[in-house]
Formats: sequence, structure tokens, C-alpha cells
Amino acid sequence: MTTPVLRTEQLRITLPGGLTAVDGVDLVVEPGQIVGLAGESGSGKSLTALSLFGLLPHGSRAQGRAEVGGRDVLTLREKQLRAMRGDEVAMVFQDPMTSLHPMLTIGRQVTEHLRHHHGTGRSAARARAVELLTQVRIPDPERTLGAYPHQLSGGMRQRAAIAIALACSPSLLVADEPTTALDVTVQAGILRLLDRLRREEGLSILLITHDLGVMGALTDRLAVMYAGRIVETGPTQALLTAPRHPYTRGLLDSLPRTDGVAAPLRAIPGSAPRLTTIPPGCAFHPRCGHAVAPCSTDRPSLLPLASGAPRDEGRMLACLVDPYAAAGERPGGGAVSPT
Amino acid sequence: MQAPANRRESVRRGSGLGGFLGRRAIAGAFLVVGITLVAFVLTHVVPGDPAAAALGQRAIEDPATVAAFRARYGLDDPLWKQYFTYLFGLLHGDFGISQQTRRPVLTDLVEYLPPTIELALVAIVISLVVGVALGTVAALKRDRWPDQLIRVVSLTGVSVPTFWLALTASLIFSVKLGWFSSTGQLDPGYPKPPTVTGLLLVDSLLDNDPFTFQMGLHHILLPALVLAAYTVGLITRFTRASVLEVLGNDYIRSAHAKGLPRRTVILRHVLRPAMVPIITVSGLAFGSLLSGTVLVESIFSWPGLGQYAYKSSLALDLPAVMGVSVIVAVIYVVINLVIDVLYGVIDPRIRLS
Repeated sequence: MTTPVLRTEQLRITLPGGLTAVDGVDLVVEPGQIVGLAGESGSGKSLTALSLFGLLPHGSRAQGRAEVGGRDVLTLREKQLRAMRGDEVAMVFQDPMTSLHPMLTIGRQVTEHLRHHHGTGRSAARARAVELLTQVRIPDPERTLGAYPHQLSGGMRQRAAIAIALACSPSLLVADEPTTALDVTVQAGILRLLDRLRREEGLSILLITHDLGVMGALTDRLAVMYAGRIVETGPTQALLTAPRHPYTRGLLDSLPRTDGVAAPLRAIPGSAPRLTTIPPGCAFHPRCGHAVAPCSTDRPSLLPLASGAPRDEGRMLACLVDPYAAAGERPGGGAVSPT
Repeated sequence: MQAPANRRESVRRGSGLGGFLGRRAIAGAFLVVGITLVAFVLTHVVPGDPAAAALGQRAIEDPATVAAFRARYGLDDPLWKQYFTYLFGLLHGDFGISQQTRRPVLTDLVEYLPPTIELALVAIVISLVVGVALGTVAALKRDRWPDQLIRVVSLTGVSVPTFWLALTASLIFSVKLGWFSSTGQLDPGYPKPPTVTGLLLVDSLLDNDPFTFQMGLHHILLPALVLAAYTVGLITRFTRASVLEVLGNDYIRSAHAKGLPRRTVILRHVLRPAMVPIITVSGLAFGSLLSGTVLVESIFSWPGLGQYAYKSSLALDLPAVMGVSVIVAVIYVVINLVIDVLYGVIDPRIRLS
């Protein structure tokens, strides 16, 4: 069996004030897979990603294990972390407007870490940069190397950011909301690019987004986070067509249907809890229509679905009630159309 | 197809920057003329009679001498006519004749301006090096002891009165310890190197004379350090604020996520954008160093513009005072122009838009 590119076990992140933002997250990304991490803002998705880079905000602590290529990054020293960042793992951030340096040329930003990590010479790095920009389908790469971010459009900037991330041929790409700041028409292009990189280059991607439409289009597996914990995980198609956790179902019901069936949009009542007031038991119970008394006291563990049915294979759920166990496919299942 | 389009674009950019600078230069010229007017009016409405100040007691008692003096310097003309006469002369490089030195004001300026420029340059270079370093360390060690210590140092630098610092430093480092020399540009009687730029340190290097260079350095360091005390404090505080702001940007997190060494992140990614406000404040500080060195120049017997301005004002030597005002105004305008160019050098968004 191959070593997973990423495996976290009981990853727990505490913020400076002592608040627990991520509470026991288990994630696995196999080589060549795209794994989605979904959840509302504040659910701990981005902190999970930053912890893989040792880039948590000052004073935060990460416990548990987070193995990248078999090495636990949480135990690495600063120097080893720096050697790993940008080389073995690379990150694409949400907003290419702010994540690219405004005063350095694209060429410089694509090559500087390549030259640092691999000691590549100037002309070889430049050739590699042209190759990368071509790979992410930036027209006229030679000229773009000399351009500054403000001279590119939003979509081109994000393509450049992806080229930067790919420069050292990382084994894992972490993409934190890579399409959220872009126009819808541009989003599709970026998603197709990520999909192509996975198919052609065997790139493994941890894709973080709140957008289940993006997830359905791209990911092999999906983990849904709520208030710092994973509530449901499984193969994307099975999970989206037959969601088992009331929260996942709520998220899907709040999306517009694209299959032509008129169905009212249903919002999840209430709002996501703040870190200071995470409810005891199942954190979702105050907003859950199926909650029973134990939900407010007993914390559900993330357990494999034990039905033995093929469609439940590889799925895990953290719900005491499991109200949709017998529901089968969600009406109008697959409402989330691949982009 | 592509290439001509590029060329056209770059030409347009070039004229954009050139046009921008041209517009700024024209505005600067108007500013200088405006300043001559203000300076002229102010110097001429001060109470006191230039004739009385320039002529001796005996001469004043002789109405014929006074009348001749007033006629010679055009003091009997109406003020507006005096102004236009002055402005007309100025356009031809004629700053008038100093009543005190009896030489053309331009000659005086050429002699007294370079030492002051040199002193201010050394002071601003020291301030930039020390201030940017301290400010960066303070920002990186925010709220920890190095930051607290640097805050005390910079506050002290900003608050200590210059005359006190000049006297104390002169007493301790020159008189008691003998580390620096505290009078003049060179040892008394020692010949200056041949004038090329007027800047003594540069001229001595051009003359291939390291001994004179060393002596000049020995003389200039103490007054420059005293002058730098204030600007170091100022630049430290601006740098700290500016670096802190840049550190909060996403692109700095990106730089760390690329695994670049800390040094590279700070030098290449942080300091460059942080320099924009630092350059602004340094330019203004340089301007005020040029026009505000009177105290330091007096205490260190520095033959500069400050001393010249001070003596000319006491003597109501109007052409000299006017000359100093005009030259300081021109320097301010030039500094602002240089700052604008530097903005463009640092930030491509300014250069290319």
C-alpha cells in the first residue's frame, strides 16, 4: 500500500486564548486524489491547512499528528519546516489579489523558491517558469514573466499563483478557497485546471471550500467540518447523493436545485457557533431538527457506516441519531451539478 | 503583431512617467516663485532699517550716505517694483549683492551650501541605516523587550533638544574622550582638496587623498550624529509602523508558505513595500536638516548655510536672506520630485499606471 500524501490523526488546534478551533480531525489524502474539506467559515478548515505548513497564528498550538509524506510536520523544527514548505507542500490562497506580492514580477515569484530549494540556476529557472505558465494556460508566458500582478486579470493571477505553487513539483497542493474570490466564469477555468493537473500530473490536492458545487465537480472524497470537527466523510458522489448527517443535508438543501425541479431553498436555522460558545454534546444539536436528548450531552464519534451496503463503503458519520439511514438517495439527488 | 503593440505601450508608459515628472517640475517652478513672493514680503515688512543695520553709526548720521545706500539697493522703489527687479535678476542667476559680505549672494551660496548638504547627507544616511534597522527589529519583536528598548531610544532621540545634545556630545566625545573633532570641516589651516563637487569628502576621494578624507570624516561624524539623533528616532518609528503593516499582508504569508528563508522574506518581501512611507518621511527630514542646522553649525563651527542664514538675518541682509529662502525652496521642490521618482522605482503600480 502506498503512503498517503497527507494523513492527520486527531489533529487539534488551540488558539492563543486557549480556545479549541480544530478538535480531533482525521484526514487522508492518497496520491493523485483530490480531497475536499467543506464547512462554513470559522469551522476550522483554513487553520487545519495552515497547521500543515507550521503557519498557524502566533501562540496557537497544534497537537496530534499531521504527516506529510510520512513525516509528522508538527514535530519539525522551524528550519525543517521551511525546507519542506513550497517544496513538498505548496499552498494556493483564496485571493490572488492579496496573496501575490504586488511589487515583484510574476517571473521572480515563480522562480525564487525554486532557486532557493533546488539551487536552480537563473536561466534554468526561467525556462521552468515558462513551462509552468504554459502548463497553467497563461497566454504569452514569456511576457507574463516580466509582468506584475496588477497587470493580470483575477483569473490569470490565480493561474499564476497555481504556477508558483507547482514550481518545485510538490507532492501535495493545499488550495484554500481557490475560486471564492473569482467571477463564476473564471472559477470553472481554475477548477478544470486543477482537475487536469490531477489527471495529467498525478497531483494530490487538499481542496478547502464552502462551495459544495465545486466539491461535487472535482473531489474524490469529501470531509464536512462543523465547529472544528469532521461530522461526515466519504466518497464525494455517495456523500452528496445520500447525505447522512443532518448538517450535510442542510447544506445541500440550502443550495438551489439545478435539475429543473422547483424546490424551496431551506436555510439551516440559527448560525454557526462561535468558538467561545461551542455547545456540548453534538455541536450541531441546537440547529438540528432531529436532535434527541442525548445529543446535547454525548459527543458523537466519527464511526464507519456499518450497513455493509456497497453505497456505504468508505463512509463515516458522527451522528447519534442518523435520521437518514433509511432515506436512500436524496430526492433530486445529484442536485449539485459538476461544473 | 505583438511586438509593435508592446512598443507602443512602453512608449506610452515612458511618456506617462516623463509627463508626470514634467508636470511636477512645472508645478515646482510655480511653487518656487510663490515662495520668493512670500519670502520677499516677509523680509521686507520686518521692522528695522536695512540701511541702519548695514551702515555704521557714523554713516547713519550722514543723510547723503543713507540716501546713496538706499538708492544703490533700490530700497526707495515701491515694494512691487523691488520684487519684480529681484525676480528679473533671479531669472538671470542674479541673487543680488550681499550687504554683509559685499559679494554676489550666489557666490556665497555656492560656498556655504555644499558643507550643509554634506552634513545633512551624512546625517540622513546614518539615520536611514540605523532607523530602518531598529524599526524593523522593533516590528519583528513587537511588544517584547527589544521593541520596548528601541521605543525608549527613539523617543529619547526625538525629544532631546538638539543644542543640549550638541554641547554634551561635543564635551564628552571631543573634549574629554577625543574620539571626534568638533570644530570645522578639517583641522585649522589644513588645505581643502580642489573643489569639484563642493562636498569635501567626495572631493578628497576624487583627489585620491585618503588622509584628507579620513580627517573630514573625523570632523563630520559628531555633528552628523547629533543631527541624526532626531531623524533616527523619527525613521525608527515610521519603519516600525510600516513594517508591521506589511507583515499583516497575505503576500507575506505566501512568502513564508514558499519556504523562503526569513532573511529573504524580510529583505525582499517586507522591506520593499515598507520603504514607501519611510522615503516620504526621510525626504522631509532631509529638507528640514538642510534648513535647520543653525544650532549644530554654530556649536561645531561648521561653515554652512545655517550659519550664513543666521548671520544674514541678524544683519537684515535682505538679498542674502532671500537667497537662502529661494535655495531652500528649490531644494524642497527637488526633494519632492526625487521622492516621486523613488515611489515609481519601488512600486510598479505607480510606475506602470
